[in-house]
Amino acid sequence: MIYLDHNASTPVRPEVRDAIASCLGDLHANPSSLHREGQRARAALERARDQVAALVAARSDEVVFVSGGTEGDHQALIGAAWALEARGRRVAISRLEHHAVHGAAEVLERGGFAISHLAATHEGFVDPAEVDSLPEDTTVISLMLANNETGVIQPVAGVAERAARRGIRVHTDAVQAAGKIPIDLEALGADYTVISAHKLGGPKGVGALIVRGGAPLESLLRGSGHERGRRGGTENLPGIVGFGVAAELAARDLMAEGTRLLALRERLEAGLTAAASDVVIHGTRAPRLPNTVNASFPGARADHLLMALDARGVAVSAGAACASGAVEPSPVLTAMGIACDLAICALRFSLGHTTTVDEIDLVIPRIADAVRVARSAAGARA
Amino acid sequence: MREIYADHAATTRPAPEVRDAMLPFLGPRFGNSSSVHRRGEAARDALEAARARVAALVGAAPEGIVFTASGSEANNLAIQGVLACADASRRRLVISSIEHPSVIETARHLETRGIPVTVVPVESNGVLDPGRLAEALAADVALVSVMWVNNEIGTLQPIAEIARLARAVGARFHCDAIQAAGKLPIDVETADLDLLSIAGHKFHGPPGAAALVVRRRTRLAPLIHGGHQERSRRAGTENLAAAVGLGVAAERAQRRLAAGEPQRACALGDALLGLLLARIPTARLNGDRAIRLGSIVNLRLPGVDGEAALHELDLEGITVSTGSACSAASPGPSHVLLALGLTPEDAHGSVRFSLGEDILESDVDTLVEGTFRAVERLRALDHGGTVERR
Repeated sequence: MIYLDHNASTPVRPEVRDAIASCLGDLHANPSSLHREGQRARAALERARDQVAALVAARSDEVVFVSGGTEGDHQALIGAAWALEARGRRVAISRLEHHAVHGAAEVLERGGFAISHLAATHEGFVDPAEVDSLPEDTTVISLMLANNETGVIQPVAGVAERAARRGIRVHTDAVQAAGKIPIDLEALGADYTVISAHKLGGPKGVGALIVRGGAPLESLLRGSGHERGRRGGTENLPGIVGFGVAAELAARDLMAEGTRLLALRERLEAGLTAAASDVVIHGTRAPRLPNTVNASFPGARADHLLMALDARGVAVSAGAACASGAVEPSPVLTAMGIACDLAICALRFSLGHTTTVDEIDLVIPRIADAVRVARSAAGARA
Repeated sequence: MREIYADHAATTRPAPEVRDAMLPFLGPRFGNSSSVHRRGEAARDALEAARARVAALVGAAPEGIVFTASGSEANNLAIQGVLACADASRRRLVISSIEHPSVIETARHLETRGIPVTVVPVESNGVLDPGRLAEALAADVALVSVMWVNNEIGTLQPIAEIARLARAVGARFHCDAIQAAGKLPIDVETADLDLLSIAGHKFHGPPGAAALVVRRRTRLAPLIHGGHQERSRRAGTENLAAAVGLGVAAERAQRRLAAGEPQRACALGDALLGLLLARIPTARLNGDRAIRLGSIVNLRLPGVDGEAALHELDLEGITVSTGSACSAASPGPSHVLLALGLTPEDAHGSVRFSLGEDILESDVDTLVEGTFRAVERLRALDHGGTVERR
């Protein structure tokens, strides 16, 4: 199986797996316990916190461990909106956001909050000037750092600058960006940043919300004093330790891996264009993640392509994995103004630390083959 | 020197078979279980097998299991989720005074958002009197949340009676069974529970793996929304390795329960209690000697600081706790012990022993002698006027 679905989930790195295995065997105490075993567990927890903070140039005490990107986005957006409720009951999210952010906004909407949307350009990013026309009662803006489907990098710093002028807080879902491009939260200016371990070689079930400079936040998961009172629940120590190792490796390899993946991406894009001359690659005129290609093959439906590729030992996604099962066009491509008949023919290829040149070369003829099969399936139906 | 871990109520060591079952899912068998490709299918099968195992431990239907990342999340989901669906005429929440902080703090939070909350006090033995609960129940109650076994003092609550009373007024009943699962037989159908929380790391599963059991026809709004995972009741990519580990731990716990293993730890706890009371005549049990999970022994040691005792015992290779691990970060005295009517000073002077699989019969004497020596040392120190209150 050639796995080109790293944006859905990355294989756990062997070093991470070893760290988790040893933690499961050896560090079994509750990090909140006061005895020596508890304190040993606590030390491992805090070391992981340092490693995660370093990946995004944050302070360790700004890192709140959560169970993943979805929980992190909920905690950030809902927690900030609740904390800022006295100032207004409106949040703004971009039309490009992940389901997790849309879901959090729906929770707020049910609770009587108003939701505004930031539009996307045809190139797949949000224009920071959109911030200026948001209604007065807006308290939080949610804009992802890199889109999970197209890889387009969003102008979060520009949005944060304009938001700060209006006293609006900024949440950024950096789940797809972390480990793929350098992140410096100081320069970015986001108040709440969310990252997830399983997108950067770590385990599932763990992520982090980074709350900058004491930005207001109400706790969504109530409990005792865990995570400085910001997130109740006994810590998932093996997961967190694994996350720490993954973050350290990602930070170490960031530059070299970014260069390597970009070369592979360009090789793939050139191959796709050679194999199907009418292929449309989305977001090419915007800065993109080095690992993501979102391409439409006119006349070849994504679900047919997906099955044909699966049969040929290639794992990719149609739009986002979380939206699988549906043949509807991706809301992200729709928000970019991509026509429906083109959008339903889109595949996402996402490369990662296991991807090799050989895999890219092997995959191109298989894609060409799958496109032919999918087009004839469409022809048979018509 | 043999290290004695007597803090099983805080957390337990993941069993080797749990670890072994998890590791393949951190290796080549990765895959986003919501993806359609083949790896995704294998992942989904493993997830559903784990779900069935967890369901079997508590007599539930597999589709009633919602995997969560912690017991606290399960408690939050149960309470916030039911109240979010409540009708305007029925939105009161009733809890006991000795619930876990994840229940009490959630109740307080909901109260600030306009939900009426009634906290029913327990009796001085740490057990809820059903008569007192009945007085708090009326047709405006949406949810009753009472724990099965208290995490600090081990007292058992009259679950069947509470379920009956809740049912009589048309309220839902959530039971935090985090300390009970794997130690007592649980059957949500027989007990007539609508919602039940369990956490894997309390019965030798992995941390980060827990579940809320939701019985049919219980309306529940998700806390984490925006994905179809867990039948849209808990969004987010599934933590497959942890779920698999939880499944193995659940099956293992069920087997050990049938074999009488937790009962052995309860008998050792009762023996420990008897010997400690005899060796340290001033010591008193917090809670109720009979209506208690025997493996949890919470002792008040007059004239001794609980935390100082914990550190003394730690030096002897004995791991215990004051109150609960969860409240260790908060400096105040245990809300559970205060609810029993203890003074803050007595509450600070208490130590919890929680026994389990790792305890041997021969450890009981070591625990007794170690505690006796620690208390003697601390009292001698106190006599010199230098007692520490950390």
